Amino acid sequence: MNWGSFSAFLHMGGYGFYVWSSFGLSFALFALELLFLSKRRRTLLKRLSQIQKMNASRGSK
Amino acid sequence: MGKINWYKYASPASFYGLAGKMIPGFAALSIVFFVVGLYIGFFVAPTDAQQGEAYRIIFIHVPAAWMSMFIYIVMAVYSGIGLAFNTRLSAMMAQALAPTGALFAFIALFTGSFWGKPMWGTWWVWDARLTSQLILFFLYVGYISLQAAIDDPRRSDRASALIALVGVINVPIIYFSVKWWNTLHQGASISFTKAPTMAYTMLAGMLFMAIACWMYTIAVALYRVRLIILERERHSIWVSELLTEGLR
Amino acid sequence: MKPRHKKLAFIGAGVAGIAVIVALVMNAFRSNLVFFFTPSQVIARQAPVDRAFRIGGLVEKGSLKRENDGLTVHFVVTDTKHDMNVTYKGILPDLFKEGKGVVAQGRLNADGQFVADEVLAKHDENYMPPEVANELKAAKADKTKL
Repeated sequence: MNWGSFSAFLHMGGYGFYVWSSFGLSFALFALELLFLSKRRRTLLKRLSQIQKMNASRGSK
Repeated sequence: MGKINWYKYASPASFYGLAGKMIPGFAALSIVFFVVGLYIGFFVAPTDAQQGEAYRIIFIHVPAAWMSMFIYIVMAVYSGIGLAFNTRLSAMMAQALAPTGALFAFIALFTGSFWGKPMWGTWWVWDARLTSQLILFFLYVGYISLQAAIDDPRRSDRASALIALVGVINVPIIYFSVKWWNTLHQGASISFTKAPTMAYTMLAGMLFMAIACWMYTIAVALYRVRLIILERERHSIWVSELLTEGLR
Repeated sequence: MKPRHKKLAFIGAGVAGIAVIVALVMNAFRSNLVFFFTPSQVIARQAPVDRAFRIGGLVEKGSLKRENDGLTVHFVVTDTKHDMNVTYKGILPDLFKEGKGVVAQGRLNADGQFVADEVLAKHDENYMPPEVANELKAAKADKTKL
């Protein structure tokens, strides 16, 4: 075990700011990419179902 | 074992289904490897004699830098196949990889910056390694904006494939920059020609994180390629059938 | 935004991106591929005289001297063949140590001293726990004794 206490873990031997900024920002960006992707899927599906409805109403006439 | 009909999976319609089945597995593997990699990186790997705890940035910095280079090569290969054989799916795969590649290039740059400031004493220098990595990031941005700028998919595939293929020269330049020129950036700790110059547990943490990034990339690229397939094939019969069946 | 405007914006971004790439490449190839010069190269007059440049090498052991103001330091950069005296006023990076790599940016003054305005530490690609580093050091010391 490397760390005597939780605060020592956060402190990272004085480099806490640099270490945690690097990891924090990286994982925040991963999360952001996933968020954008699911949003893109939702808007795409909405648009596709609209096209579908339009085609169906045109077909029934 | 029966022969798998690979041609079947080269068509966007059937690849759409296959990709959908593969995503959960890669996503789960990615989470597992991230957890193990972070655990080794923070709790098992010892502190570094020279750099103290600041070196732990390596566990995200190096995998991200590797991924940014590797994704670009894979993207160029898909683009090349798309250009040569006019296959729709490979062009879509190249397009699906680009944003994730750009993300990793960016992560490599800013984690490097956050490492350089406390260790070297500067956020940024224009040495050959850092400059060529920045160029890689701009190549990704150029690829993505060119793809988005041209409406006709066939033409945009061809144009962006050219950027991907020309820009691939930059990848070996990044990799060998620390050998070819005097740089502030140190040489490679892991290479094909000599034993790694890292303690064993440090190396293990880095490799686990690299595998995690791989799994993440595959899952995200498959997810994105499915969206691209739907988008591009929206007027085809199989998509409207899929929609009436109810899309999962 | 209308689709046409959006398209124009993307093309603009693309062109700007490519312009930035070209500018970076030109800049890199003009001056920065030689990121630093070694003391031997400086003595062989390969370093530019009219503008600031960087020297790199190892900080010679026992050469680091601090002035009383606590900020100004003198040290010797060596590439094991030639040495160069360096003066610097400012805060040194954490990794700056005697016997370790350093890159300093500045100019030569009339006395052949290098006056640095920026000092960067250059570390190597070896990562190991302190115990292993101490063992290596001890092993090396034993070898030199024999």
